[in-house]
Amino acid sequence: MNNEVWVFIEQRNGKAAEVSLELLSKGRKLADSLNGLLKSIVIGHNVKNIAGQTAEFGADEAYLIEDAFLKDYLSLPYSRIFNELIEREQPRIVLFGASITGRDLAPRVASKTMSGLTADCVDLKIENVNYLGKDYPNLLLQIRPAFGGNIIATIITPETATQMATVREGVMELVKVPNSKPIKIKTVKYHPAPEDKLVEIIERHTQESKVNLKGSSIIVAGGYGLGSKENFRLIHELADVLGGEVAGSRAAVDAGFISPERQVGQTGVTVRPKLYIAVGISGAIQHRAGMQDSNKIIAINSDPDAPIFDVAHYAIVGDATEVIPKFIETYKHKLK
Amino acid sequence: MLNSIVMVKQVPDTANISGKVMREDGTVNRSKLPAIFNYEDKIALEFALQVKEKYGGKVTAITMGPQRASDILRECFFMGADEVYLVSDRKFAGADTLATSYVLSEVIKHIGNYDFVFAGRQAIDGDTAQVGPQTAEKLGIPQITFAREILDVTEDTVTAKKQIDGGYEIQKSKLPVLITVLKDAAQPRPFSAKRMMAYKNAKSLIELEKLTEGNSLLYIDKLVHEYQERGLFINTLTMDDLQLNQDRCGLKGSPTKVHKVESVVLAGNSYNRIEPTTAGLGALIDQLTQDHIFG
Repeated sequence: MNNEVWVFIEQRNGKAAEVSLELLSKGRKLADSLNGLLKSIVIGHNVKNIAGQTAEFGADEAYLIEDAFLKDYLSLPYSRIFNELIEREQPRIVLFGASITGRDLAPRVASKTMSGLTADCVDLKIENVNYLGKDYPNLLLQIRPAFGGNIIATIITPETATQMATVREGVMELVKVPNSKPIKIKTVKYHPAPEDKLVEIIERHTQESKVNLKGSSIIVAGGYGLGSKENFRLIHELADVLGGEVAGSRAAVDAGFISPERQVGQTGVTVRPKLYIAVGISGAIQHRAGMQDSNKIIAINSDPDAPIFDVAHYAIVGDATEVIPKFIETYKHKLK
Repeated sequence: MLNSIVMVKQVPDTANISGKVMREDGTVNRSKLPAIFNYEDKIALEFALQVKEKYGGKVTAITMGPQRASDILRECFFMGADEVYLVSDRKFAGADTLATSYVLSEVIKHIGNYDFVFAGRQAIDGDTAQVGPQTAEKLGIPQITFAREILDVTEDTVTAKKQIDGGYEIQKSKLPVLITVLKDAAQPRPFSAKRMMAYKNAKSLIELEKLTEGNSLLYIDKLVHEYQERGLFINTLTMDDLQLNQDRCGLKGSPTKVHKVESVVLAGNSYNRIEPTTAGLGALIDQLTQDHIFG
């Protein structure tokens, strides 16, 4: 066992996923608390530049595993490579993005290496812990909402050599390291195994997402409280007028008011815009976790006791179908 | 003939948590929550039933949980499952995903002779999506997670469409394989009225034992045999039946521990109340323009 923190660098079409770079930024802080090294794990084909890039976000070293067969993510070879590395090096912490890839890979690796794994953490920190009368120095606290958001649980994995967690995109802030040192790249040779080929990719279709909630300075988000897809049109209208992006709560996504890629919250995207307008969103902790760091928050809700008001700077109690048209009208009038 | 095993879970209805469910100390009183069939697991069962309809074979549903989880196994019968297993033991309590996948993988090995293992992508009480891949790893079989559609099945392969980050893939896997399915991948078939009539009386071992209590004319072995004959027995497995390693079950076999639980306390934040009038909204817009957010 050592004090190393590893981050799996997901790559899509030869580019590092943003969530992986965000995790490096967090990993840097964790590694500093542990006095350990931060290492990036890069698997793919012709991805040496990605391994190099991870230094800019704090990595001390990179493990690079390259082969034409590894170009696109596949559960079996990627997890096998990971398991072998972990069993050999015994890192203290391994972090994965809570993306589809990360959620496919991390549990398979945790199962093989018998590591504890916590999904969708909203915060991670290192602390000395006394658990059931025993002292454990420098444990990873894995913090996540649970039970429909009614509680916040701090999970620990005191007895396993390696502690693992997944984190959604946007939860950790991306921090570039000023004057980063050149990175030490350790190349690990890929040795094919017959079981690597049990699954093959027949076709692969990807599209750069046109939705960029994280990059938007104004977000107008609607919730289940709007009642219908029809009423949700108002959210689009307001966003159009203000030049913002449209988003929704999980309940709005589940009700079919808006597409899942626009979901804000613990199981969606975390955003920090200049202005976040929450309309008809009651404000469960999972949603608040994804927007409470916004610079300014306006909440519009007909229920004066809605928890969303608790993180709001401006509260408007009223029916969205009346408030939004009036807001648009007033805004247009002011603009003149 | 292609046999499927479907992993299903009874979950607390976390979408409908009311005040009564929260204890004073902020912890959740699970027994007060209504228990429901995890929706994505119904889709998994639907996938298995469609495979059976096209290629023949048997569909077996399994669940690990408390005794009352036999409710969802009856629902599996109503949808079309051929056989069901309740895996229940006090020693399984407090299991995290690693300990759960250990027990479920041993149950699947115990049943044996399968080509597919199906499961929902995740259960709504934890949203972890971990038990599927962990079970596949323990069985030593490949996995296709986040599946949308089964496109083709041969004697020893399956071709499926699955979601990936930013798009989709068509993957072809050797059988046996574990497949986790997405919520909108299919519609679960409604319960068949005929099957509901037939299977509403299906019972687990413990439920049959309850029948024998207070009725000395009933003998449990005879009763079990009778229910088995009529296809109404909910197979019941305990830790001893499966000869499991106790150190890998339940709380003891779970590396993740809950260190602290805090109820979500609202901070009592002070905000500016804005009246939804032209004057009120106008003042707000002016303020935001001054803050360089608008304009």
